[in-house]
Amino acid sequence: MHNRSRRKWGYLLIAPQLIGLIAFSFIPLLFAFGLSLTDWNGFGSPEFVGIENFILQFQNPAFKTALENTLYYSLLYIPTSIFLALLVALALNNSKGKSVYRFCFFAPVVTSSVSISVIWMWIYNAEIGIINQFLANFGINGPDWISSTTWVIPSIAILSIWWQLGYNMVIFLAGLKGISKTYYEAAEMDGASPIRKFFTITLPLLSPTTFFVAIMSVITSFQVFDQAFVMTNGGPGKGSYTLVFHVYDSAFRKFDFGASASAAVILFVFILIFTLIQFAGSKRWVHYEG
Amino acid sequence: MRAKTTELDRVNEQTQTQSQTRRVRGGRILLHIILIVASSLMVAPFLWMVLSSFKTFAEIVSVPPTLIPSQFIWENFTNSLQAMPFGRAYFNSFYISILVVGTQMITASMAAYAFAKLSFPGREALFLLFLSTMMVPMQVTLIPLYLIMEWLGWLNTHLSVIVPNAIFNAFGVFLLRQFIRGIPDDVEEAAVIDGANPMRIYWHVILPLVRPALAAFGIFAFIQIYNNFIQPLVFLSSPELYTVPLLLNYFKGLYAADWALLMAGTTISVVPVLLVYVFAQRQIIEGIALTGSKG
Repeated sequence: MHNRSRRKWGYLLIAPQLIGLIAFSFIPLLFAFGLSLTDWNGFGSPEFVGIENFILQFQNPAFKTALENTLYYSLLYIPTSIFLALLVALALNNSKGKSVYRFCFFAPVVTSSVSISVIWMWIYNAEIGIINQFLANFGINGPDWISSTTWVIPSIAILSIWWQLGYNMVIFLAGLKGISKTYYEAAEMDGASPIRKFFTITLPLLSPTTFFVAIMSVITSFQVFDQAFVMTNGGPGKGSYTLVFHVYDSAFRKFDFGASASAAVILFVFILIFTLIQFAGSKRWVHYEG
Repeated sequence: MRAKTTELDRVNEQTQTQSQTRRVRGGRILLHIILIVASSLMVAPFLWMVLSSFKTFAEIVSVPPTLIPSQFIWENFTNSLQAMPFGRAYFNSFYISILVVGTQMITASMAAYAFAKLSFPGREALFLLFLSTMMVPMQVTLIPLYLIMEWLGWLNTHLSVIVPNAIFNAFGVFLLRQFIRGIPDDVEEAAVIDGANPMRIYWHVILPLVRPALAAFGIFAFIQIYNNFIQPLVFLSSPELYTVPLLLNYFKGLYAADWALLMAGTTISVVPVLLVYVFAQRQIIEGIALTGSKG
Protein backbone atom coordinates (compact mmCIF):
# COMPACT_ATOMS: atom_id res chain seq x y z
CA MET A 1 0.00 0.00 0.00
CA HIS A 2 2.81 2.28 1.01
CA ASN A 3 4.75 1.51 -2.13
CA ARG A 4 1.76 1.96 -4.39
CA SER A 5 1.12 5.47 -3.09
CA ARG A 6 4.77 6.36 -3.55
CA ARG A 7 4.49 5.15 -7.13
CA LYS A 8 1.57 7.45 -7.78
CA TRP A 9 3.56 10.34 -6.36
CA GLY A 10 6.47 9.50 -8.65
CA TYR A 11 4.33 10.04 -11.72
CA LEU A 12 2.71 13.10 -10.22
CA LEU A 13 6.03 14.76 -9.49
CA ILE A 14 7.49 14.18 -12.94
CA ALA A 15 4.21 15.08 -14.68
CA PRO A 16 4.87 18.80 -15.42
CA GLN A 17 8.31 18.16 -16.92
CA LEU A 18 7.08 15.07 -18.74
CA ILE A 19 4.22 17.02 -20.32
CA GLY A 20 6.77 19.66 -21.33
CA LEU A 21 9.03 17.02 -22.81
CA ILE A 22 6.24 15.41 -24.81
CA ALA A 23 4.65 18.65 -26.00
CA PHE A 24 7.74 20.71 -26.71
CA SER A 25 10.43 18.19 -27.57
CA PHE A 26 9.12 14.73 -28.40
CA ILE A 27 6.16 15.73 -30.59
CA PRO A 28 8.13 18.51 -32.33
CA LEU A 29 10.91 16.02 -33.05
CA LEU A 30 8.53 13.50 -34.62
CA PHE A 31 6.82 16.40 -36.38
CA ALA A 32 10.19 17.50 -37.81
CA PHE A 33 10.87 14.00 -39.16
CA GLY A 34 7.39 13.88 -40.68
CA LEU A 35 7.69 17.37 -42.15
CA SER A 36 11.02 16.49 -43.75
CA LEU A 37 9.20 13.93 -45.91
CA THR A 38 6.71 16.49 -47.27
CA ASP A 39 6.81 19.46 -49.58
CA TRP A 40 4.87 21.73 -47.25
CA ASN A 41 5.34 25.48 -47.63
CA GLY A 42 3.04 26.56 -44.81
CA PHE A 43 -0.03 26.87 -47.00
CA GLY A 44 -2.45 24.24 -48.25
CA SER A 45 -2.03 20.61 -47.41
CA PRO A 46 1.36 18.92 -47.29
CA GLU A 47 2.14 16.25 -49.83
CA PHE A 48 4.25 13.23 -49.02
CA VAL A 49 7.40 13.25 -51.14
CA GLY A 50 9.48 10.58 -49.42
CA ILE A 51 13.21 11.23 -49.22
CA GLU A 52 13.14 13.71 -52.10
CA ASN A 53 14.01 16.63 -49.77
CA PHE A 54 17.12 14.82 -48.62
CA ILE A 55 18.24 14.07 -52.18
CA LEU A 56 17.59 17.70 -53.14
CA GLN A 57 19.59 18.95 -50.14
CA PHE A 58 22.70 17.11 -51.24
CA GLN A 59 22.29 18.55 -54.75
CA ASN A 60 21.67 22.04 -53.40
CA PRO A 61 24.75 24.29 -53.65
CA ALA A 62 23.51 26.39 -50.71
CA PHE A 63 23.42 23.29 -48.51
CA LYS A 64 26.89 22.29 -49.68
CA THR A 65 28.23 25.76 -48.82
CA ALA A 66 26.52 25.63 -45.43
CA LEU A 67 28.05 22.23 -44.71
CA GLU A 68 31.52 23.32 -45.78
CA ASN A 69 31.34 26.52 -43.73
CA THR A 70 30.14 24.65 -40.65
CA LEU A 71 32.86 21.99 -40.93
CA TYR A 72 35.55 24.63 -41.51
CA TYR A 73 34.34 26.58 -38.49
CA SER A 74 34.27 23.43 -36.32
CA LEU A 75 37.75 22.49 -37.44
CA LEU A 76 39.07 25.89 -36.37
CA TYR A 77 36.96 26.21 -33.24
CA ILE A 78 37.00 22.80 -31.54
CA PRO A 79 40.74 21.97 -31.20
CA THR A 80 41.79 25.56 -30.49
CA SER A 81 39.15 26.17 -27.85
CA ILE A 82 39.83 22.89 -26.04
CA PHE A 83 43.60 23.40 -26.10
CA LEU A 84 43.44 27.01 -24.86
CA ALA A 85 40.91 26.20 -22.14
CA LEU A 86 43.10 23.37 -20.86
CA LEU A 87 46.15 25.61 -20.94
CA VAL A 88 44.44 28.37 -18.96
CA ALA A 89 42.97 25.88 -16.47
CA LEU A 90 46.42 24.40 -15.84
CA ALA A 91 47.90 27.84 -15.37
CA LEU A 92 45.13 28.83 -12.96
CA ASN A 93 44.94 25.57 -11.07
CA ASN A 94 47.57 26.30 -8.45
CA SER A 95 48.11 29.99 -8.90
CA LYS A 96 47.35 32.72 -6.44
CA GLY A 97 44.54 35.13 -7.30
CA LYS A 98 42.71 32.36 -9.13
CA SER A 99 39.28 33.87 -8.56
CA VAL A 100 40.24 37.22 -10.08
CA TYR A 101 41.61 35.62 -13.25
CA ARG A 102 38.69 33.21 -13.39
CA PHE A 103 36.31 36.15 -13.16
CA CYS A 104 37.93 37.80 -16.21
CA PHE A 105 37.98 34.64 -18.29
CA PHE A 106 34.40 33.82 -17.54
CA ALA A 107 32.85 37.29 -18.12
CA PRO A 108 32.26 36.78 -21.88
CA VAL A 109 30.36 33.52 -21.21
CA VAL A 110 27.48 35.29 -19.48
CA THR A 111 27.09 37.86 -22.26
CA SER A 112 24.52 37.36 -25.00
CA SER A 113 25.58 36.30 -28.47
CA VAL A 114 24.05 39.48 -29.89
CA SER A 115 25.98 41.81 -27.58
CA ILE A 116 29.31 40.13 -28.18
CA SER A 117 28.65 40.05 -31.92
CA VAL A 118 28.02 43.80 -32.01
CA ILE A 119 31.18 44.44 -29.98
CA TRP A 120 33.25 42.24 -32.29
CA MET A 121 31.77 43.79 -35.45
CA TRP A 122 33.44 46.91 -34.27
CA ILE A 123 36.70 45.21 -33.25
CA TYR A 124 36.85 43.64 -36.73
CA ASN A 125 36.01 46.88 -38.58
CA ALA A 126 38.59 47.42 -41.32
CA GLU A 127 39.18 51.16 -40.70
CA ILE A 128 38.38 51.88 -37.08
CA GLY A 129 38.61 48.36 -35.64
CA ILE A 130 41.23 47.87 -32.94
CA ILE A 131 42.80 44.81 -34.60
CA ASN A 132 43.70 46.58 -37.82
CA GLN A 133 44.79 49.72 -35.98
CA PHE A 134 47.08 47.54 -33.90
CA LEU A 135 48.43 45.74 -36.98
CA ALA A 136 49.06 49.11 -38.64
CA ASN A 137 51.68 49.82 -35.95
CA PHE A 138 53.74 47.05 -37.50
CA GLY A 139 53.07 48.24 -41.03
CA ILE A 140 50.61 45.42 -41.66
CA ASN A 141 47.55 46.22 -43.70
CA GLY A 142 44.92 44.06 -42.00
CA PRO A 143 42.14 42.40 -43.97
CA ASP A 144 38.54 43.50 -43.91
CA TRP A 145 37.82 40.68 -41.45
CA ILE A 146 34.11 39.98 -41.56
CA SER A 147 33.60 41.46 -45.02
CA SER A 148 36.10 39.10 -46.59
CA THR A 149 35.03 35.63 -47.71
CA THR A 150 38.46 34.28 -46.71
CA TRP A 151 38.44 35.73 -43.22
CA VAL A 152 34.82 35.68 -42.15
CA ILE A 153 34.77 32.08 -40.81
CA PRO A 154 38.10 32.43 -38.96
CA SER A 155 36.79 35.74 -37.54
CA ILE A 156 33.67 34.06 -36.18
CA ALA A 157 35.81 31.21 -34.83
CA ILE A 158 38.10 33.66 -32.99
CA LEU A 159 35.09 35.44 -31.49
CA SER A 160 33.57 32.12 -30.39
CA ILE A 161 36.82 30.91 -28.85
CA TRP A 162 37.03 34.14 -26.84
CA TRP A 163 33.35 33.90 -25.92
CA GLN A 164 33.36 30.27 -24.70
CA LEU A 165 36.91 29.91 -23.36
CA GLY A 166 35.81 30.51 -19.78
CA TYR A 167 33.12 27.84 -19.95
CA ASN A 168 35.49 25.03 -20.90
CA MET A 169 38.14 26.40 -18.55
CA VAL A 170 35.78 26.12 -15.57
CA ILE A 171 34.96 22.53 -16.48
CA PHE A 172 38.65 21.70 -16.78
CA LEU A 173 39.31 23.37 -13.41
CA ALA A 174 36.61 21.20 -11.84
CA GLY A 175 38.23 18.15 -13.41
CA LEU A 176 41.66 19.12 -12.11
CA LYS A 177 40.23 19.62 -8.64
CA GLY A 178 38.95 16.04 -8.74
CA ILE A 179 42.41 14.53 -9.20
CA SER A 180 43.62 13.18 -5.89
CA LYS A 181 46.83 14.74 -4.54
CA THR A 182 48.15 11.30 -3.55
CA TYR A 183 49.07 10.50 -7.18
CA TYR A 184 51.33 13.53 -7.35
CA GLU A 185 52.84 12.79 -3.97
CA ALA A 186 53.68 9.25 -5.05
CA ALA A 187 55.19 10.53 -8.30
CA GLU A 188 57.27 13.08 -6.42
CA MET A 189 58.68 10.31 -4.23
CA ASP A 190 59.82 8.65 -7.42
CA GLY A 191 61.39 11.92 -8.51
CA ALA A 192 59.14 12.46 -11.53
CA SER A 193 59.61 15.70 -13.45
CA PRO A 194 56.67 18.12 -13.86
CA ILE A 195 56.38 17.20 -17.54
CA ARG A 196 56.30 13.51 -16.75
CA LYS A 197 53.71 14.11 -14.03
CA PHE A 198 51.56 15.99 -16.52
CA PHE A 199 51.63 13.22 -19.12
CA THR A 200 51.34 10.24 -16.77
CA ILE A 201 48.93 11.64 -14.15
CA THR A 202 47.15 14.85 -15.12
CA LEU A 203 46.32 14.10 -18.74
CA PRO A 204 44.99 10.52 -18.27
CA LEU A 205 42.99 11.40 -15.15
CA LEU A 206 41.60 14.46 -16.88
CA SER A 207 40.47 12.43 -19.89
CA PRO A 208 36.80 12.05 -18.83
CA THR A 209 36.60 15.85 -18.51
CA THR A 210 38.33 16.33 -21.86
CA PHE A 211 35.89 13.88 -23.38
CA PHE A 212 32.92 15.81 -22.00
CA VAL A 213 34.33 19.11 -23.26
CA ALA A 214 35.00 17.59 -26.70
CA ILE A 215 31.46 16.22 -27.02
CA MET A 216 29.90 19.53 -25.95
CA SER A 217 32.18 21.49 -28.28
CA VAL A 218 31.14 19.42 -31.29
CA ILE A 219 27.46 19.83 -30.44
CA THR A 220 27.69 23.59 -29.99
CA SER A 221 29.99 24.28 -32.94
CA PHE A 222 27.65 22.47 -35.35
CA GLN A 223 24.91 24.82 -34.23
CA VAL A 224 26.75 28.07 -34.92
CA PHE A 225 24.26 30.70 -36.08
CA ASP A 226 23.77 33.78 -33.88
CA GLN A 227 27.16 35.37 -34.58
CA ALA A 228 26.85 34.93 -38.34
CA PHE A 229 23.28 36.19 -38.28
CA VAL A 230 24.08 39.35 -36.30
CA MET A 231 27.47 40.29 -37.75
CA THR A 232 27.26 39.36 -41.41
CA ASN A 233 23.78 37.99 -42.11
CA GLY A 234 25.43 34.89 -43.55
CA GLY A 235 27.63 36.96 -45.86
CA PRO A 236 29.62 38.24 -47.53
CA GLY A 237 27.92 36.33 -50.31
CA LYS A 238 27.45 33.00 -48.57
CA GLY A 239 30.75 33.33 -46.69
CA SER A 240 29.29 32.64 -43.24
CA TYR A 241 26.20 30.74 -44.30
CA THR A 242 26.09 27.81 -41.83
CA LEU A 243 23.86 24.73 -41.48
CA VAL A 244 21.58 26.38 -38.95
CA PHE A 245 21.52 29.47 -41.14
CA HIS A 246 20.32 27.23 -43.96
CA VAL A 247 17.60 25.76 -41.70
CA TYR A 248 16.49 29.27 -40.70
CA ASP A 249 16.70 30.66 -44.22
CA SER A 250 14.74 27.80 -45.80
CA ALA A 251 11.95 27.98 -43.23
CA PHE A 252 11.50 31.62 -42.32
CA ARG A 253 12.61 33.40 -45.48
CA LYS A 254 11.74 30.92 -48.21
CA PHE A 255 8.86 29.27 -46.30
CA ASP A 256 10.00 25.89 -47.52
CA PHE A 257 9.21 24.05 -44.31
CA GLY A 258 9.74 20.57 -45.75
CA ALA A 259 13.21 21.38 -47.07
CA SER A 260 14.14 23.19 -43.88
CA ALA A 261 13.03 20.25 -41.75
CA SER A 262 15.12 17.89 -43.87
CA ALA A 263 18.19 20.11 -43.35
CA ALA A 264 17.49 20.12 -39.60
CA VAL A 265 17.22 16.33 -39.59
CA ILE A 266 20.54 16.09 -41.43
CA LEU A 267 22.10 18.40 -38.83
CA PHE A 268 20.72 16.16 -36.10
CA VAL A 269 22.12 13.03 -37.79
CA PHE A 270 25.54 14.68 -38.22
CA ILE A 271 25.69 15.57 -34.54
CA LEU A 272 24.58 12.06 -33.63
CA ILE A 273 27.22 10.44 -35.87
CA PHE A 274 30.03 12.66 -34.59
CA THR A 275 29.01 12.03 -30.99
CA LEU A 276 28.87 8.26 -31.56
CA ILE A 277 32.29 8.33 -33.24
CA GLN A 278 33.64 10.16 -30.23
CA PHE A 279 32.09 7.62 -27.88
CA ALA A 280 33.57 4.75 -29.90
CA GLY A 281 36.99 6.39 -30.02
CA SER A 282 36.90 7.33 -26.35
CA LYS A 283 37.64 3.74 -25.28
CA ARG A 284 41.20 4.27 -26.46
CA TRP A 285 41.95 7.40 -24.53
CA VAL A 286 39.40 8.04 -21.78
CA HIS A 287 40.37 6.52 -18.45
CA TYR A 288 37.87 6.33 -15.65
CA GLU A 289 39.20 6.01 -12.16
CA GLY A 290 38.55 2.89 -10.13
CA MET B 1 43.76 24.77 4.34
CA ARG B 2 45.45 27.67 2.60
CA ALA B 3 47.66 28.33 5.62
CA LYS B 4 48.73 24.71 5.55
CA THR B 5 49.79 24.82 1.91
CA THR B 6 51.86 27.95 2.32
CA GLU B 7 53.47 26.36 5.34
CA LEU B 8 54.26 23.32 3.24
CA ASP B 9 55.57 25.53 0.45
CA ARG B 10 57.96 27.20 2.85
CA VAL B 11 59.31 23.93 4.15
CA ASN B 12 59.72 22.71 0.60
CA GLU B 13 61.45 25.85 -0.48
CA GLN B 14 63.88 25.70 2.41
CA THR B 15 65.00 22.25 1.41
CA GLN B 16 65.58 23.30 -2.15
CA THR B 17 68.75 24.99 -3.21
CA GLN B 18 68.60 28.73 -3.62
CA SER B 19 68.91 28.65 -7.41
CA GLN B 20 65.97 26.29 -7.63
CA THR B 21 63.92 28.60 -5.45
CA ARG B 22 64.81 31.50 -7.69
CA ARG B 23 63.84 29.52 -10.77
CA VAL B 24 60.47 28.53 -9.29
CA ARG B 25 59.82 32.11 -8.26
CA GLY B 26 60.85 33.35 -11.69
CA GLY B 27 58.52 30.83 -13.29
CA ARG B 28 55.67 31.98 -11.08
CA ILE B 29 56.20 35.62 -11.93
CA LEU B 30 56.29 34.75 -15.64
CA LEU B 31 53.09 32.75 -15.24
CA HIS B 32 51.36 35.69 -13.59
CA ILE B 33 52.53 38.07 -16.31
CA ILE B 34 51.08 35.74 -18.95
CA LEU B 35 47.84 35.37 -16.98
CA ILE B 36 47.51 39.12 -16.50
CA VAL B 37 47.99 39.76 -20.23
CA ALA B 38 45.56 36.97 -21.16
CA SER B 39 42.85 38.03 -18.73
CA SER B 40 43.24 41.66 -19.85
CA LEU B 41 42.61 40.48 -23.40
CA MET B 42 39.44 38.77 -22.16
CA VAL B 43 37.97 41.90 -20.56
CA ALA B 44 39.45 44.43 -23.01
CA PRO B 45 36.50 44.31 -25.44
CA PHE B 46 34.07 45.17 -22.61
CA LEU B 47 36.27 47.90 -21.23
CA TRP B 48 36.78 49.41 -24.64
CA MET B 49 33.07 49.22 -25.37
CA VAL B 50 32.18 51.06 -22.17
CA LEU B 51 34.84 53.75 -22.72
CA SER B 52 33.84 54.22 -26.35
CA SER B 53 30.20 54.59 -25.50
CA PHE B 54 31.11 57.94 -23.93
CA LYS B 55 33.00 59.24 -26.96
CA THR B 56 31.88 61.58 -29.73
CA PHE B 57 31.43 60.04 -33.14
CA ALA B 58 34.49 61.94 -34.38
CA GLU B 59 36.61 60.56 -31.57
CA ILE B 60 35.41 57.01 -32.04
CA VAL B 61 36.51 56.95 -35.68
CA SER B 62 39.75 58.84 -35.10
CA VAL B 63 43.04 57.21 -36.05
CA PRO B 64 44.99 56.40 -33.88
CA PRO B 65 42.29 55.46 -31.37
CA THR B 66 42.09 57.10 -27.98
CA LEU B 67 41.59 54.98 -24.91
CA ILE B 68 40.05 57.42 -22.44
CA PRO B 69 37.35 59.69 -23.91
CA SER B 70 38.54 63.32 -24.07
CA GLN B 71 35.10 64.29 -22.83
CA PHE B 72 32.33 62.09 -21.50
CA ILE B 73 29.26 62.30 -23.73
CA TRP B 74 26.39 61.03 -21.60
CA GLU B 75 23.97 61.90 -24.40
CA ASN B 76 24.93 58.66 -26.20
CA PHE B 77 23.07 56.80 -23.50
CA THR B 78 20.06 59.09 -23.36
CA ASN B 79 19.92 59.07 -27.17
CA SER B 80 20.04 55.29 -27.28
CA LEU B 81 17.36 55.00 -24.64
CA GLN B 82 15.19 57.45 -26.58
CA ALA B 83 15.80 55.86 -29.96
CA MET B 84 14.76 52.42 -28.75
CA PRO B 85 12.45 51.15 -26.00
CA PHE B 86 15.29 49.60 -24.00
CA GLY B 87 13.36 50.02 -20.76
CA ARG B 88 10.52 47.99 -22.20
CA ALA B 89 12.93 45.33 -23.46
CA TYR B 90 14.52 45.08 -20.00
CA PHE B 91 11.15 44.63 -18.44
CA ASN B 92 10.24 41.93 -21.00
CA SER B 93 13.53 40.11 -20.57
CA PHE B 94 13.47 40.19 -16.79
CA TYR B 95 9.88 39.19 -16.28
CA ILE B 96 10.14 36.38 -18.85
CA SER B 97 13.39 35.10 -17.35
CA ILE B 98 12.12 35.22 -13.78
CA LEU B 99 8.87 33.44 -14.66
CA VAL B 100 10.63 30.78 -16.69
CA VAL B 101 13.41 30.18 -14.20
CA GLY B 102 11.09 30.14 -11.18
CA THR B 103 8.86 27.54 -12.78
CA GLN B 104 11.82 25.53 -14.05
CA MET B 105 13.34 25.40 -10.57
CA ILE B 106 10.14 23.95 -9.10
CA THR B 107 9.16 21.52 -11.88
CA ALA B 108 12.71 20.34 -12.54
CA SER B 109 13.50 19.74 -8.87
CA MET B 110 10.20 17.87 -8.41
CA ALA B 111 11.01 15.56 -11.31
CA ALA B 112 14.60 15.26 -10.14
CA TYR B 113 13.46 14.14 -6.68
CA ALA B 114 11.12 11.53 -8.18
CA PHE B 115 13.86 10.20 -10.46
CA ALA B 116 16.40 10.11 -7.63
CA LYS B 117 14.43 8.78 -4.68
CA LEU B 118 11.07 7.30 -5.66
CA SER B 119 10.70 4.02 -7.46
CA PHE B 120 7.97 3.57 -10.02
CA PRO B 121 7.64 1.40 -13.10
CA GLY B 122 9.28 2.92 -16.16
CA ARG B 123 11.48 5.26 -14.14
CA GLU B 124 14.72 4.34 -15.88
CA ALA B 125 13.16 4.46 -19.36
CA LEU B 126 11.61 7.86 -18.71
CA PHE B 127 14.86 9.21 -17.34
CA LEU B 128 16.66 7.95 -20.43
CA LEU B 129 14.09 9.79 -22.52
CA PHE B 130 14.96 13.00 -20.66
CA LEU B 131 18.67 12.41 -21.21
CA SER B 132 18.28 11.68 -24.91
CA THR B 133 16.43 14.96 -25.56
CA MET B 134 19.58 16.78 -24.47
CA MET B 135 21.16 15.49 -27.67
CA VAL B 136 18.56 17.05 -29.94
CA PRO B 137 19.70 20.40 -31.32
CA MET B 138 17.18 23.11 -30.59
CA GLN B 139 17.04 24.05 -34.28
CA VAL B 140 15.57 20.67 -35.21
CA THR B 141 12.43 21.32 -33.23
CA LEU B 142 12.28 25.03 -34.07
CA ILE B 143 9.98 24.80 -37.11
CA PRO B 144 7.51 22.34 -35.51
CA LEU B 145 7.57 24.47 -32.35
CA TYR B 146 6.80 27.52 -34.51
CA LEU B 147 3.87 25.68 -36.08
CA ILE B 148 2.63 24.49 -32.68
CA MET B 149 2.79 28.07 -31.41
CA GLU B 150 0.87 29.23 -34.45
CA TRP B 151 -1.73 26.53 -33.83
CA LEU B 152 -2.06 27.53 -30.16
CA GLY B 153 -2.36 31.16 -31.21
CA TRP B 154 0.71 32.03 -29.16
CA LEU B 155 2.86 33.47 -31.95
CA ASN B 156 3.89 37.04 -31.27
CA THR B 157 2.96 36.70 -27.61
CA HIS B 158 5.30 36.09 -24.71
CA LEU B 159 3.60 32.76 -24.02
CA SER B 160 5.60 31.30 -26.91
CA VAL B 161 8.91 31.97 -25.18
CA ILE B 162 7.66 31.35 -21.64
CA VAL B 163 5.64 28.12 -21.62
CA PRO B 164 7.88 25.71 -23.59
CA ASN B 165 10.93 26.73 -21.58
CA ALA B 166 9.21 26.95 -18.20
CA ILE B 167 8.02 23.37 -18.04
CA PHE B 168 10.82 21.65 -19.89
CA ASN B 169 14.49 21.58 -19.01
CA ALA B 170 15.98 18.11 -19.33
CA PHE B 171 19.39 19.42 -18.34
CA GLY B 172 17.99 20.86 -15.12
CA VAL B 173 16.28 17.58 -14.24
CA PHE B 174 19.52 15.74 -14.86
CA LEU B 175 21.67 18.15 -12.87
CA LEU B 176 19.37 18.27 -9.84
CA ARG B 177 18.86 14.50 -9.85
CA GLN B 178 22.62 14.06 -9.47
CA PHE B 179 22.49 16.25 -6.38
CA ILE B 180 19.48 14.64 -4.79
CA ARG B 181 20.98 11.21 -5.30
CA GLY B 182 23.82 12.34 -3.06
CA ILE B 183 21.43 12.91 -0.13
CA PRO B 184 21.45 9.83 2.16
CA ASP B 185 18.17 7.91 2.27
CA ASP B 186 17.89 8.01 6.06
CA VAL B 187 17.45 11.79 5.93
CA GLU B 188 13.94 11.33 4.61
CA GLU B 189 13.31 8.11 6.55
CA ALA B 190 12.02 9.89 9.63
CA ALA B 191 9.54 11.84 7.53
CA VAL B 192 8.38 8.62 5.85
CA ILE B 193 7.79 7.00 9.27
CA ASP B 194 5.78 10.05 10.30
CA GLY B 195 3.56 9.29 7.34
CA ALA B 196 4.49 12.31 5.25
CA ASN B 197 3.70 11.93 1.55
CA PRO B 198 6.43 12.48 -1.07
CA MET B 199 5.13 15.96 -1.89
CA ARG B 200 5.60 17.01 1.73
CA ILE B 201 8.99 15.34 1.87
CA TYR B 202 9.98 17.12 -1.33
CA TRP B 203 8.91 20.46 0.03
CA HIS B 204 10.10 20.20 3.64
CA VAL B 205 13.11 17.89 3.46
CA ILE B 206 14.57 17.77 -0.05
CA LEU B 207 14.08 21.37 -1.18
CA PRO B 208 15.94 22.94 1.78
CA LEU B 209 18.80 20.48 1.27
CA VAL B 210 19.25 21.19 -2.44
CA ARG B 211 18.96 24.94 -2.06
CA PRO B 212 22.61 25.64 -3.01
CA ALA B 213 22.37 23.47 -6.12
CA LEU B 214 19.03 24.99 -6.96
CA ALA B 215 20.46 28.49 -6.66
CA ALA B 216 23.34 27.59 -8.96
CA PHE B 217 20.97 26.07 -11.48
CA GLY B 218 18.58 29.03 -11.23
CA ILE B 219 21.20 31.66 -11.98
CA PHE B 220 22.66 29.55 -14.73
CA ALA B 221 19.21 29.10 -16.27
CA PHE B 222 18.50 32.82 -15.89
CA ILE B 223 21.55 33.77 -17.94
CA GLN B 224 20.65 31.23 -20.59
CA ILE B 225 17.08 32.39 -20.95
CA TYR B 226 17.97 36.10 -20.72
CA ASN B 227 20.43 35.62 -23.59
CA ASN B 228 18.11 33.41 -25.65
CA PHE B 229 18.07 34.72 -29.22
CA ILE B 230 16.78 32.36 -31.90
CA GLN B 231 13.45 31.53 -30.24
CA PRO B 232 12.36 35.14 -29.64
CA LEU B 233 13.70 35.99 -33.10
CA VAL B 234 11.40 33.46 -34.71
CA PHE B 235 8.36 33.73 -32.41
CA LEU B 236 8.13 37.47 -31.72
CA SER B 237 7.58 40.13 -34.35
CA SER B 238 6.27 43.26 -32.59
CA PRO B 239 9.10 45.46 -31.31
CA GLU B 240 7.23 46.18 -28.07
CA LEU B 241 7.48 42.46 -27.25
CA TYR B 242 11.22 42.31 -27.94
CA THR B 243 13.67 41.04 -25.37
CA VAL B 244 17.04 42.77 -24.86
CA PRO B 245 19.11 40.73 -27.37
CA LEU B 246 16.39 41.05 -29.99
CA LEU B 247 16.09 44.80 -29.52
CA LEU B 248 19.85 45.23 -29.70
CA ASN B 249 19.91 43.33 -32.99
CA TYR B 250 17.14 45.58 -34.34
CA PHE B 251 18.94 48.66 -33.03
CA LYS B 252 22.14 47.51 -34.76
CA GLY B 253 20.27 47.27 -38.05
CA LEU B 254 19.05 50.86 -37.79
CA TYR B 255 22.21 52.54 -36.52
CA ALA B 256 24.80 50.36 -38.24
CA ALA B 257 27.30 53.16 -38.80
CA ASP B 258 26.77 55.23 -35.67
CA TRP B 259 29.35 53.42 -33.55
CA ALA B 260 29.10 55.72 -30.55
CA LEU B 261 25.35 55.14 -30.31
CA LEU B 262 25.77 51.44 -31.03
CA MET B 263 28.35 51.02 -28.29
CA ALA B 264 26.11 52.88 -25.83
CA GLY B 265 23.24 50.56 -26.78
CA THR B 266 25.43 47.48 -26.41
CA THR B 267 26.67 48.71 -23.03
CA ILE B 268 23.05 49.13 -21.95
CA SER B 269 22.34 45.54 -23.00
CA VAL B 270 25.42 44.01 -21.39
CA VAL B 271 25.53 45.77 -18.02
CA PRO B 272 22.58 44.06 -16.25
CA VAL B 273 23.74 40.55 -16.97
CA LEU B 274 27.33 41.44 -16.05
CA LEU B 275 26.00 42.83 -12.76
CA VAL B 276 24.15 39.57 -12.09
CA TYR B 277 27.44 37.83 -12.83
CA VAL B 278 29.41 40.02 -10.43
CA PHE B 279 27.03 39.23 -7.57
CA ALA B 280 26.40 35.55 -8.33
CA GLN B 281 29.82 34.63 -9.66
CA ARG B 282 30.32 31.67 -7.36
CA GLN B 283 26.95 30.04 -8.01
CA ILE B 284 27.27 30.42 -11.78
CA ILE B 285 30.76 28.98 -11.92
CA GLU B 286 29.95 26.13 -9.54
CA GLY B 287 26.80 25.33 -11.47
CA ILE B 288 28.76 25.06 -14.68
CA ALA B 289 31.62 23.15 -13.10
CA LEU B 290 29.08 20.56 -11.95
CA THR B 291 27.88 19.96 -15.49
CA GLY B 292 31.35 18.72 -16.34
CA SER B 293 32.32 16.77 -13.28
CA LYS B 294 29.01 14.96 -12.96
CA GLY B 295 28.44 14.52 -16.67
